[in-house]
Amino acid sequence: MSEPVIVFENVGKSYPQYHQITGGLKNFLFHLPSALKSFKQLRYESLRDINFQMAKGESLGIVGRNGAGKSTTLGLIAGVLQPTVGRVLVRERVSPMLELGAGFCTDLSGRDNIMLNGILMGMTRMEVQKKVDEIIEFAELGEFINQPIRIYSSGMLARLGFSVVSSLEPEILLIDEILAVGDIDFTKKCQERMMRFKKQGVTIVLVSHVMQDIVNICDRVLWIENHTAKCIGPAEEVVQKYKDS
Amino acid sequence: MLNRKMQYLMDLISVVTRKDLQVRYKSYVLGYLWSLANPLAFAFVFWVAFKVVMRIQMEAYALFLIAGLFPWQWFSNSVNVNANVFLMNASIIKKVNFPRNVLPFSMVLQDMLHFLMSIPVILLFMLMYQKPVGWVWLYGIPALVIVQFIFCYGLALLVSSLNLFFRDLERIINLLTTLMFYFTPIIYPLEMVPGQFKQVIYFNPLTSLIVGWREVLLNNTFPTGFVLLSLLYGLLALGLGLVIYKKLSWKFAEVL
Repeated sequence: MSEPVIVFENVGKSYPQYHQITGGLKNFLFHLPSALKSFKQLRYESLRDINFQMAKGESLGIVGRNGAGKSTTLGLIAGVLQPTVGRVLVRERVSPMLELGAGFCTDLSGRDNIMLNGILMGMTRMEVQKKVDEIIEFAELGEFINQPIRIYSSGMLARLGFSVVSSLEPEILLIDEILAVGDIDFTKKCQERMMRFKKQGVTIVLVSHVMQDIVNICDRVLWIENHTAKCIGPAEEVVQKYKDS
Repeated sequence: MLNRKMQYLMDLISVVTRKDLQVRYKSYVLGYLWSLANPLAFAFVFWVAFKVVMRIQMEAYALFLIAGLFPWQWFSNSVNVNANVFLMNASIIKKVNFPRNVLPFSMVLQDMLHFLMSIPVILLFMLMYQKPVGWVWLYGIPALVIVQFIFCYGLALLVSSLNLFFRDLERIINLLTTLMFYFTPIIYPLEMVPGQFKQVIYFNPLTSLIVGWREVLLNNTFPTGFVLLSLLYGLLALGLGLVIYKKLSWKFAEVL
């Protein structure tokens, strides 16, 4: 087997209680002793003791209840978070799917957002330019592509988001809960594309509450419960256990 | 490889800058006029207060005012608006790992562009008061623009990074800049400052900058001392900003 592209070794992530200080400098200074103490001692543990490896071209599903730590795991893979303990190793370029429209340049047209998104993900303008037509075609948004994305429906935003992230030659693809909002046709298109990626050796990490998607796409599933790995194994097996619980 | 990295950074800066400009100017057809409106309105108010009512003994006081107010506006926007720049972009910071300092950088770049666009207005006032424009503009303006950019970017980086952790910092900064405005020789000349305060006023980093701007724009001299002092403050701000940013940036996604 070739070198794994994602390695999590005894990974734990905890946060200080930031609300103590984000409440304001004034607040913090007036209650300095107690604030400092609680800032140092109280930590919110979001993940603990996660171990897994992913080979190139493998696809992993992550399941678990809301707030169990799924998004934190994605954040660690994307490199926006750093583990408090343990080691996270990612060997290839990560393409996270962005939540378009989440208060982020919603006044720009779909077309402009394609460029912005692509560049944020690490492509140069030239590289994105070559793909723009393909992205627009895949998203099937018709005239809407030239409209500001604030008037898009959530399904349309998901279409655009997936089209961008999946057209820019991803190496490691991170997908967080999106297939659920698209209509049937588009969901099917997404699945086909992900199947093709699997053949091409793209590594996929998918977070979803739709178990059918997980079973269809993923080889293995990581079930996170209570901030730690409950189990990891073949997709159908773990999904069955998760459903039964 | 280094080439691609540079290219990427340039593309990132240009696309982020253009995005904000586009948004601003699509909603306001008269966006350019808006960016001039604020300093001009203030200039008018101060002109009425000090020239018309208090009868300050200065020639071309209106010109004197705008030559100080436009650079001040750049500084004040860069520091105040920037306090929120990471908060406003929370959704991408939490998902993608791109160099975050591009965000304040492009904001300061925009403020710089607005300032550059206000130079024709200064020129117009020069014509009105029949003041000659000197060759010093050709090198004085670029030099001061670079110096002020360094200063503003450093402060912006510092303020925006800290503001994520202490969310009321923005208000404190607002208050401080308002105070600073009156402690900087913008509505009065440096010469009018009483002797015992003369030493103190140089500790205000804006003093050398604003006086420098006026020397170049109005008096056709290149104030080497003021420019160097401003550069020193600028480098200090940049150093401090970069250190704080480096220390905190990997925690941005945690606090947002």
